[in-house]
Amino acid sequence: MVVILDLILGLVVQGLQMVLVLALAPLLLGFTRKVKARLLRRRGPPVLQPYRDLLKLIRKEAVLAQNASWLFRAAPYLIFATTWVAAALVPTFATGLSFNWAADLIALTALVGSARFLLALVGMDVGTSFGGIGSSREMLFASLAEPAMIMIVFTVALVAGSTQLSAIANFMLDNATLRVSLGLAATGLVIVAVAENARIPVDNPATHLELTMVHEAMVLEYSGRHLALIEFAAALKLLLYVSLIACMFVPWGIAPAGAGIGAMAWGLLTYVGKLFAGGFLLVLAETSVAKMRVFRVPAFLGIALMLGLLGTLLLFVSRSF
Amino acid sequence: MPTAVALCGVAVLLGTAGLALVARGRAAAISKLVYAVCLAAAVVLLLAGCVHLIFIQGRAEPVVLPIGLPWIGAHFRLDALAAFFLIVVNLGAAGASLFAIGYGEHETAPERVLPFYPAFLAGMNLVVLADDAFSFLFAWELMSLTSWALVLAHHRDPDNRHAGYVYILMASFGTLALLLAFGLLAGGSGGYAFDQMREGARVLPALVLILALLGAGSKAGLVPLHVWLPLAHPAAPSHVSALMSGVMTKVAVYGFIRIVFDLNGAPAWWWSILIIALAGITCVMGVLSALMQHDLKRLLAYHTVENIGIIFIGLGLALAFSAHGLSAPAAMAFTAGLLHVFNHSLFKSLLFFGSGAILNATAERDMEHLGGLIHTMPLTAFAFLTGCAAISALPPLNGFVSEWLTFQAILLSPTLPSWGLKLIVPAVGAMLALSAALAAACFVKAFGVTFLGRARSVAAQSATETDRCSLTAMFAFAGLCLLAGILPGLFIDALAPVAQRLLGASMPTQSFIPWLSIVPIAESRSSYNGLLVFVFVGVSALAAVQVIHRYASRELRRGPAWDCGFPDPDPATQYTADSFAQPIRRVFGAVVFRARERVEMPPPGDAHAARLTVTLRDLIWDTLYAPLARAIALAAEKLNRLQFLTIRQYLSLVFAALVSLLLVLSIWS
Repeated sequence: MVVILDLILGLVVQGLQMVLVLALAPLLLGFTRKVKARLLRRRGPPVLQPYRDLLKLIRKEAVLAQNASWLFRAAPYLIFATTWVAAALVPTFATGLSFNWAADLIALTALVGSARFLLALVGMDVGTSFGGIGSSREMLFASLAEPAMIMIVFTVALVAGSTQLSAIANFMLDNATLRVSLGLAATGLVIVAVAENARIPVDNPATHLELTMVHEAMVLEYSGRHLALIEFAAALKLLLYVSLIACMFVPWGIAPAGAGIGAMAWGLLTYVGKLFAGGFLLVLAETSVAKMRVFRVPAFLGIALMLGLLGTLLLFVSRSF
Repeated sequence: MPTAVALCGVAVLLGTAGLALVARGRAAAISKLVYAVCLAAAVVLLLAGCVHLIFIQGRAEPVVLPIGLPWIGAHFRLDALAAFFLIVVNLGAAGASLFAIGYGEHETAPERVLPFYPAFLAGMNLVVLADDAFSFLFAWELMSLTSWALVLAHHRDPDNRHAGYVYILMASFGTLALLLAFGLLAGGSGGYAFDQMREGARVLPALVLILALLGAGSKAGLVPLHVWLPLAHPAAPSHVSALMSGVMTKVAVYGFIRIVFDLNGAPAWWWSILIIALAGITCVMGVLSALMQHDLKRLLAYHTVENIGIIFIGLGLALAFSAHGLSAPAAMAFTAGLLHVFNHSLFKSLLFFGSGAILNATAERDMEHLGGLIHTMPLTAFAFLTGCAAISALPPLNGFVSEWLTFQAILLSPTLPSWGLKLIVPAVGAMLALSAALAAACFVKAFGVTFLGRARSVAAQSATETDRCSLTAMFAFAGLCLLAGILPGLFIDALAPVAQRLLGASMPTQSFIPWLSIVPIAESRSSYNGLLVFVFVGVSALAAVQVIHRYASRELRRGPAWDCGFPDPDPATQYTADSFAQPIRRVFGAVVFRARERVEMPPPGDAHAARLTVTLRDLIWDTLYAPLARAIALAAEKLNRLQFLTIRQYLSLVFAALVSLLLVLSIWS
């Protein structure tokens, strides 16, 4: 009986989490846009604008290029689903989600990679030069960001003795100490998160200057519901990385497995607080630097890769770093 | 019993080869018949392997045939390792034969393919079945020579002749190394059966390892011995390319495992450093070279080099762990390597089948002349896309599972006590991660340029979907890629007897874990469930489709491409294979290939086109092979004089040789 109750509770928490990430992702995006506008002394669109945009887009008819293939129509759904699943598997307000073990941190990285693989493919589907330039550059960035991410995962996993996010969060909660390797990993992860979410200085999410865009160039041919799904997936990805940083490096407040309603509510509250804090810091960093030239980005991502590798090496030398 | 059945299957293959040599009649009918018989024989051999691995597991009684050298005979025997590789070989062989029933019709020179193809299959099977050094080497040479003949099937193309020349040189070198390795293993007593070698005294085991690395590594394509592979694999007909890349390289891996893990006794820890370092370099060099190609089949061949690196990382880690007596992690790393052997044989065969289907439909291998094939060959496109996703290690397909296991094995290696390993393993982990990410870029390029976009030639525009047999083979392999990705526990469990036999430990049983997850060590440490990920993504995507189509819009309009308002109808304005790889070439290639770009701009007022020249250097060829070739040519020139001596001088040479040999003999004792 207790087992079944536990299972049901776990399923409820997991279901809540799936809805929660879906509900919060556009809010986080809207918040970052608002803060950015205020920092630039503009008024900016309302915080809820991304919801309205998404609603508007899914109600419109989709215009497809004449030679778009079946992959072009199917990919937005798959990209959205993959990113959603990945975001829902990161513990946000509670650890011990019932399907947390389905994918560990390495698998999560690879799931994000699956979404990117599809996105880069559809960038080439219509056969325009903009799509190609976006795909080519996205894969260049990914070819450094993904190994950097894996090395960061290695560092964290060697410290916590696990690649499971729940276990990592619990370990960090119980053994909170300052470690050199974790500092390196956290710095690296921020760099990777900036690059993966196409933020300044790697890419500009608001650009309409064609030669500077990467992510926007790939999705140039999309419209209507397809575009809505891709934008939603991008918002989910931002949420995913902020949650990932929160879960691994600032897990305080997260509700442990089997906690009561009160702890969960507190976990939810702190999680939302962490999201907004993360979004604010991101925008603050973004407004204080200029965008890089494309061929400076590999050096920037190389820093993350080296930080991750250094962290792993230190831990191979001694577990106490 | 399965050993005898397997030998009968091999006999049927050899008989087919003989009949194909003398058969006269309608080429198409003979071709279909030969491939159908090969398919049947491969299925029988496959079943023999499965029966042994699942039900018998231990070592079968040897079958000794009175052929070969009179005082040795020919020993054949199945054990768990051989049974696993028998499955890999014959799964690939069955797929290739099925594919070739349709593909072979288009063969322009069937008389150069049909006799050698069954003999090639027989050779690979015999290598796996052999239980003494003589049969092993004989089968190895049979495999090498028949595949060489198949590489030269279209020998009128000078590129193919060059490929055949380099291949036969490297193959002979590899066999020589293996011959010496077996000589050392046999020792002074000269026991050439594998059983005698296991019991005999060890002579220079480190040298045996190096010779095995040279011999099996050159066949498998370890850097820097890989030079023949990207030349020879694409030159053969596509179903043979699939076999060479997907299966023959695995037979080489089998040879390596048999010698190093089974016959050569307990390993020393430093051996693994050599293997792991070579494997890491192989990964990165393989995938970077693949990225620079625009010939689809050559790209796939280079990519085989990368995957061999991944396999050898697993094997090297297994050797490192077992040298330090850590048998459980050793079993995990070994299983990861073997699982990648199986997975790679699936998706690489699938991708070569796809490239063969494209070659038939368009007569093109060059991606720069393809494009838009997803419209004309939608089914091939779907199967090829599955293969691309699997080889790029994307969940929930199978390539990811073996890479995930390899990563988990790397995460266990801080327990290794030796400092050399502590420093090299994280670096190789980074190389593995880098090559996995670059592989994704490589296959976005391969699929994107070949199948997506607009057709770049008339041939690509007028291509038609390939035949049913080829499609069946491709879809069967795509299905297996998915199956091995979502139910990896079953495949890991099937490998348990192999690890148990060679390392004395195996991974925990996976089949009974709830929800069919895989948990290599403990659930609190790491787990992965491909099935759930697959179901989740599927359900979420369907839910999104349902919600949007029901509550929002499902209207659709087709219009011209937007392209920021300036669409150009010329397909030459698309990104090409070269332009896709240009940023990566600029970032990585400047060091690895000494890539240089030179732009020649015409002076102002001149209407000539500007020219961009890119030069890439193959540093391995330039620093290793070219000097060697020069030295050999020089030596040959000097020695050439010996052919024009007088009889008096020849006699004095003979006398000098005799005296010096006698001197050596007297000093030796």
